[in-house]
Amino acid sequence: MVPNHAILDVLMNPVLKLLVEGGNLTTAQMAQVAGLPEAEILRQLEQLKKDRVFLGWRPVLDLSQEAAAAVRAVIEVKITPERGGGFNRLADRISRFDEVESCYLMSGAYDLLIFVKGPSLQKVAGFVSERLSTLEGVLSTSTHFMLRSYKEGGYLIEAAAQPAERLKVSP
Amino acid sequence: MDTKRFIARHVVDLPKSGIRDFFEIVAKMKDVISLGIGEPDFDTPWHIREAAIFALERGKTHYTSNLGLLELRRAISRYVEKHYAVGYRPEDEVIVTVGVSEGIDLALRALLNPGDKVLYHQPCYVSYHPGVTLAHGVAVPVPTRAEDGFALNAEDIARAWQPGCKVLMMNLPCNPTGGTCDPARLEKIAKFAVEKDLIVFSDEIYSELVYEGGHVSIATFPGMRERTIFLHGFSKAFAMTGFRIGYACGPAELIEAMMKVHQYSMLCAPILAQEAALEALQRGEDGMLAMREQYHRRRDLVVRRLNGAGLKCHLPRGAFYAFPSIAATGLNERDFAYGLLEAEKVAVVPGSAFGENGRGFVRASFATGYPQLIEACDRIERYVQKLAGSPRVKG
Repeated sequence: MVPNHAILDVLMNPVLKLLVEGGNLTTAQMAQVAGLPEAEILRQLEQLKKDRVFLGWRPVLDLSQEAAAAVRAVIEVKITPERGGGFNRLADRISRFDEVESCYLMSGAYDLLIFVKGPSLQKVAGFVSERLSTLEGVLSTSTHFMLRSYKEGGYLIEAAAQPAERLKVSP
Repeated sequence: MDTKRFIARHVVDLPKSGIRDFFEIVAKMKDVISLGIGEPDFDTPWHIREAAIFALERGKTHYTSNLGLLELRRAISRYVEKHYAVGYRPEDEVIVTVGVSEGIDLALRALLNPGDKVLYHQPCYVSYHPGVTLAHGVAVPVPTRAEDGFALNAEDIARAWQPGCKVLMMNLPCNPTGGTCDPARLEKIAKFAVEKDLIVFSDEIYSELVYEGGHVSIATFPGMRERTIFLHGFSKAFAMTGFRIGYACGPAELIEAMMKVHQYSMLCAPILAQEAALEALQRGEDGMLAMREQYHRRRDLVVRRLNGAGLKCHLPRGAFYAFPSIAATGLNERDFAYGLLEAEKVAVVPGSAFGENGRGFVRASFATGYPQLIEACDRIERYVQKLAGSPRVKG
């Protein structure tokens, strides 16, 4: 974990900014933009990984495409907090399933919101009924299957991918 | 029939824009990386576009007051007061225009008598000189220089001044040079304007895009508010070029005179653009600052790379243009730009399109994404090396 006082510094880190806003820059391109040698960018990326700020790369796929097809669901989970550990132990245990893509502790009507993915509806349903809901401490689950995606990780799915045309030369 | 003879003489005599013929060539080429574009690459932020759509749905399709929607003028007045420290009454000291371009045209037409002289710095935006000519004025250029970062100096204005000069027109930060003026220089210019009884048209369209030291308006100096027409708009900082929306602020009598011209020619700025502009002022600042940050990083990248390639380039403090000297290549700016286009398919604009004092320079806009900028810089470097016939050119 990054100590709290360092978090602001990290957010000001130009390499991190380029990771978030740069839009698929290679490390060589990031080096040019930041005005640093590429080796320094790689070192900083390593450091961000070591600090567990930058956890890893993931492609953003349009899951409605044949090649990437997957069934996804969000599940609201109520669980019993434990003395001493609160929600953390059970949340950690749930998070470790491969089917679980993300897991958050929430305020409000339920405790955990988890995003799961599987190759078929049956597989996801099986995960919920056989694995998740049978865990000790899980009080109830409410599963919502996703029907269609309009925006994925910041990318619009349907919108024309090509940017609006500008005049090639203008005053 | 010779239809040309019907055209007014001062229009016939207007030179064709130096950008126009270059554009024709670039437009026909494929796979060009263009650094020749004088507008943001960002689309207008969605919340602003959405406000325009909402306005359309609500039936906002009518004329507005000639001066523009009062609510927008109030928002403009607050914005100008907050960021430029000059107060203007929304009721009679603010007029909403179709871009700064119309604002400049209104100011020139409202204030110039035939033969009145207008001082303007050069290199400058392409329409300054023709705009003065169209208003039957006489344009008097004041040179700015690379070694000064293309700042405007009172001494140069004084040297160019001649009897009959009525207006000083300036654009700081400047398209194409990115030049700005620090407060000390501005103060001298203000003093000169007061001394010579000049009225100043201050086109501050790039003023949000200043990367060092902040922006100061000439209207804030003693005696200047009453002799300045402050011109601004939404095109650059809010990425709203296609909306064509700007405004002018100034003493009520002058705004009234500009309004007269505006009401008989334009009537009012389009209402949808006015609604979008209101949204930009109310909620657009965060998005604008994020864009500025990107321009800042791109500027540093491009200026470093151009200097590295052997093209001496000052650090532009504002706007989104680098304006490197191409003197080291031994070519003139047109041959350089055409050669670069042909050899490496990178478009930059010859500096002479912005006036005689732009000779020996080219304008490279950095309102383009990082990968394209990097690729363009690689190509420019290769082109310059080829011209030099050696692996490195001395800058």
